[in-house]
Amino acid sequence: MSKTIKLRKGLDIRLKGKAEKKWLPIPASQTYAICPEDFIGIIPKPIAKEGDELKAGSPLFYSKDNPEIIVASPVSGRLLEIKRGEKRKILAFIIEASNEQIYEQSVDNINDLKGQDLIKALLKVGLWSFIRQRPYNIIANPNSTPKSIFISGFDTAPLAPDLEFILDGEQENIQAGINLIKKIVDVPIFVGIEPNRNSIFEKIQGIQINYFSGPHPAGNVGVQIHHIHPINKGEVVWTIQPEDLAVIGRYALTGKYDVRRKIALVGSQLSIPAYIETMQGAKISTFIENNSTSENNRYISGNVLTGINKGKDGYLGFYDRMVSVIPEGNKYEFLGWAMPGLNKFSMSRSYFSWLRPKKEFVLDTNYHGGVRAYVMTDQYEKVVPMDILPQQLVKAAIIKDIDLLEKLGIYEVVEEDLALCEYVCTSKIEVQSIIREALDLIRSEMS
Amino acid sequence: MNGLRKFLDKIKPSFEKGGKFHFLHSTFDAFETFLFVPNKVTQKGAHIRDSIDLKRTMSVVIVALIPALLFGMYNVGFQYFKAIGQDAGFWEMFWFGFQKVIPIVIVSYVSGLSVEFIFAQIRHHEVNEGFLVSGMLIPLIMPVNIPLWMVAVATIFAVIFGKEVFGGTGMNVFNPALLSRAFIFFAYPKHISGDLPWTYGLSQHIHTVDGFSGATPLANAASYAVDKIPDNWTLFVGLIPGSIGETSKAAILLGALILLFTGIANWRVMFSVVFGGLFMSSILNLFAVNAYMSISPLTQLLMGGFLFGAVFMATDPVTAAQTNTGKYIFGFLVGLFAILIRVLNPAYPEGMMLAILLMNAFAPLIDHYVIQANIKRRLKRVQVNKQ
Repeated sequence: MSKTIKLRKGLDIRLKGKAEKKWLPIPASQTYAICPEDFIGIIPKPIAKEGDELKAGSPLFYSKDNPEIIVASPVSGRLLEIKRGEKRKILAFIIEASNEQIYEQSVDNINDLKGQDLIKALLKVGLWSFIRQRPYNIIANPNSTPKSIFISGFDTAPLAPDLEFILDGEQENIQAGINLIKKIVDVPIFVGIEPNRNSIFEKIQGIQINYFSGPHPAGNVGVQIHHIHPINKGEVVWTIQPEDLAVIGRYALTGKYDVRRKIALVGSQLSIPAYIETMQGAKISTFIENNSTSENNRYISGNVLTGINKGKDGYLGFYDRMVSVIPEGNKYEFLGWAMPGLNKFSMSRSYFSWLRPKKEFVLDTNYHGGVRAYVMTDQYEKVVPMDILPQQLVKAAIIKDIDLLEKLGIYEVVEEDLALCEYVCTSKIEVQSIIREALDLIRSEMS
Repeated sequence: MNGLRKFLDKIKPSFEKGGKFHFLHSTFDAFETFLFVPNKVTQKGAHIRDSIDLKRTMSVVIVALIPALLFGMYNVGFQYFKAIGQDAGFWEMFWFGFQKVIPIVIVSYVSGLSVEFIFAQIRHHEVNEGFLVSGMLIPLIMPVNIPLWMVAVATIFAVIFGKEVFGGTGMNVFNPALLSRAFIFFAYPKHISGDLPWTYGLSQHIHTVDGFSGATPLANAASYAVDKIPDNWTLFVGLIPGSIGETSKAAILLGALILLFTGIANWRVMFSVVFGGLFMSSILNLFAVNAYMSISPLTQLLMGGFLFGAVFMATDPVTAAQTNTGKYIFGFLVGLFAILIRVLNPAYPEGMMLAILLMNAFAPLIDHYVIQANIKRRLKRVQVNKQ
């Protein structure tokens, strides 16, 4: 039985620079990189050494806490550098791509495997890292038994790509992915999609579809889980992104670790915001060459609320489906708080931008104010479409009261679900990192 | 602008750590951020942030208070010339009131902000904008005859004991502006109750025309002189004696519209206060045994500081209940107690002030039960699953 859930709370930030529905030709990236910062809670231990010849799907590193989990190289080529930062923390595995893509030898009977054997095979070839789990939004613990698996079939984040457009033509791969996942564990697979879209998922067998409508964060898988199959203490739900499911499906059909993906280039600083076809870990500058309008930009892999600032010379994140380019806000603004603000987008109507209900705004990275103690209430509630008290949850996270956090539903959220709280906060509280720290604390206490 | 920016950049180092004027860094920071929104960019989390900040929020509230302030000035002049039986033009009345009200505003801001700056300096915090609104609210709930030193003492008391001892803006339990009024109310009752304080000069026994009493509608009601209460329209327009900003319900409603439209004040609190007031006065009407109890609910709302409190005081996000459900309960009880106190205990004609302060104390308790209800819903979900 599919449900239709109408969410009223949330906020669509009207940003300029939405991708046009066309494919932009781009040169192939010379180098690719996998950055451990894309994975939450993983301390990487290198398997490959600098100078090693790699194939697409060759293991790059494993997780220190769970050595079974490995992350694989997206392309074939040579491991150019293991870039390290302070305290020798590994920042990136940089690979120089070979001219021809050579794939790692496949597990030949993967479609005949089941349960634990299949999990082992997926771990071995690096596909397991595409399956993540709630709570915590980490790569799923292979020993956990989920109560269900969730896939969000649409993205409501600011300037997010239209997944139906990206997934066009992937139906076979997605179906193969679903078939494979179903052999791991026999639990319901829930897919959330928008109503009346003729979604690709409506043609897929073996899943249960629910419809969600409403502003961001309706497309967040955490919000969908909350409304369909909420997570209680001790329970685990797995989540997979549709395009990652297609990667798994491609492997099941062809035996190739093929992480090509279609992403959106968005943001007010691009001359032509559009869609491109590239590969996980590709260098961002190759997309942007001759396409950006200014130098003082921020290059974000992911969306403007939850993405990571990678810089122009950074690389597309492991799970990301878009690159956002917005202006940096490193300038002073004379009496900015007192201006009419026709160009200042705000959830409140305290600036006169409400006179322009259709306009798409250019937002920069300025804080637009100083950090203060909490004064306003009821702001977070307006953007969290869940039966959760967001401000109380954040306060509990600040004081690190694990018992209270559990009672207030910390297991149901990760930072991306409360990202809008951080955006709207008058007091400029860093909600996402507060929530992440609390989640990390709980995870370390539990293990 | 550029010159000013260059000047600030030049003198900035002397206020930073190790600089000559480091002990004034909070003050410098307050003025710098007043003039220029800082160039700070996001480092973690969301890359973009809403344009709103506390300065904008507070300035919207101040804008919403301006109609009440301007009308208050005019009304001070109007009441004065009415008392001495002289004719005066609109501007003459306004200018008279302006001269009487501005000193109170200045004293309130100077004394309150001094305390704020000192505490920010001691705590190495940025100066919080919270007092910008309190400093405007305080004059508006004072009688025009109040001695200025009393305003200063009350303001300093309210800021220190109402706010700073709890940790500053955002941490306080009681509404600082109302606390300053309560302080005067209990410390110097003669100056804020009775018939004299509300019209300029009455306390100094100026010569008035026969029949002018200066009594507020609430005082009339409390002495059961119900027939002396002006009609609803007069109460609504506000050319009556009373605290400076509270008399004109028209000006207050204009402010309420600004606050509600911009989304700065919470409509849940505002409407439930009004609903609570109407509810309680209707109940009193039903069981009326005296003239005060039989005053119509609408008149009750228009008398005294009820609407001013509902719009500007009860909606203070820090001291009201913080959960949405809690806000309904909080507001309803504020309205209910305001009418109850004012009608059944004539020793305290202004029930609104006491009702809000009382509910400020109970707001955390209300929130506690709302939060517990949320927790119970979540626990119940587990039990349903297990069956």
